[in-house]
Amino acid sequence: MYPASFDYVAPSTLDQALDILADRGDDAKVLAGGQSLIPLMKLRFAQPSLLVDINRIAGLDYIDAPDGYLRIGALVRHNDVVASDVVRRSNHTVAHAAPWVSDPLVRNLGTVCGSLAHADPQGDWASVMLACGAEVVARKADGIRTIPVSELITGVFTTQLAPDELITEVRVPTYTGPSGGTYLKLERKVGDYATVGVATHLTLGTGGTIAAAGIALTAVAATNVKAVEAERVLVGATSGEDVFREAGRLAAAAADPRDDVRGSAEYKRHVVDVFVQRGLATAAEIAGAAA
Amino acid sequence: MEITVTVNGVQHTADVEPRVLLADFLRRMLGLTGTHIGCDTTSCGVCTVLLDSKPVKSCTMFAVQADGRELTTVEGLKRDGALSSVQRGFKQEHGLQCGFCTPAMMLVGTALLETNPDPTEDEIRWAISGNLCRCTGYMNIVKAIKWAANERNVGEAVPEQRVVSVAEPQEVPAS
Repeated sequence: MYPASFDYVAPSTLDQALDILADRGDDAKVLAGGQSLIPLMKLRFAQPSLLVDINRIAGLDYIDAPDGYLRIGALVRHNDVVASDVVRRSNHTVAHAAPWVSDPLVRNLGTVCGSLAHADPQGDWASVMLACGAEVVARKADGIRTIPVSELITGVFTTQLAPDELITEVRVPTYTGPSGGTYLKLERKVGDYATVGVATHLTLGTGGTIAAAGIALTAVAATNVKAVEAERVLVGATSGEDVFREAGRLAAAAADPRDDVRGSAEYKRHVVDVFVQRGLATAAEIAGAAA
Repeated sequence: MEITVTVNGVQHTADVEPRVLLADFLRRMLGLTGTHIGCDTTSCGVCTVLLDSKPVKSCTMFAVQADGRELTTVEGLKRDGALSSVQRGFKQEHGLQCGFCTPAMMLVGTALLETNPDPTEDEIRWAISGNLCRCTGYMNIVKAIKWAANERNVGEAVPEQRVVSVAEPQEVPAS
């Protein structure tokens, strides 16, 4: 299988890349890890006339946590996240999810920001970022803006990024109290898309109450789903089985799965329910240990 | 466009169309057919090569992306004409049946032992989890990589006979 012909540029600075996108963004695609884009090009579902390879740009592969955010730069590979002590110290949901993204070979090239820009409804990272209230920094030649991930993804493989915009980092808010999180993924085999994925995030307040909660679902709707009703019932409640059960029920109701080779809609909805309860219980345990 | 890539320590300069996949560049332009193409859909991992020592799928990368970088293919595993410990492990433990996934498995095993010289069985299984063996011969692939780890840890200078016994103690049946 071969992609259609395209022009290729590999700028060495971010400014050059943004200038090229300003000029030809309409028919260009940004190449980071390429682990989703190249397969689509080989199938000719994507036929950009220009590839802007950002891999030669220095300084986009940072993971740090300077002030209020865990920041993951545009060229951070999934396996960089797996290996990162900063991530392990900063955010349990991100740390849990990283080893479950695709397979070890893809994780050596694929990037977190690229995955978000690609907006595959079966992508794991969007759920993680939705649960944790993350935002992306999008840059273009004459501007910069931050977009909450909850507003970034507008549909299947669709974001609100303009053709001349590039995600330069994703930033996850630092925990504000004792917190925990998980990412549970059911997959048929390593490297397969999720049958169901569930990201959870909890911050505990005083007296065993829940101060903040995040839940997001992978592969059970046309896009990743932020289970807002389930989050709402958790905040202010006493952390424990009862409220987790209610959150599981509400999250399952927020899912809109389809029957496919990976399972029936009913089965997937049930897995959402179970995973939300399990994920929250583990998140609470981690948060409790940190309290 | 013109690219220069170091493959198995040898520098190659070539003129390639941007859409040429790295796997095809290696196989057709450099004649290194040890890198196989299986599914061609980023699923099976038989096209694995080491890019700056990390295993990646060469069917999911363009040759132009490798410009200025170092690649290792299965042809580069031999050292001074002798098989590497991982290659010897595959021979010793019968880590192959049809051989189609073998170059990729050996490269992944080599990369694993560089970063984790004494992996557990779970760690080996995790490392090869992106590579399919169509003969389902995983048991011996895992043993082969373990054998190589043991041999490397004992030391390359140790005679092969003794290394084998270190890797897998033979039980003496009661007579």
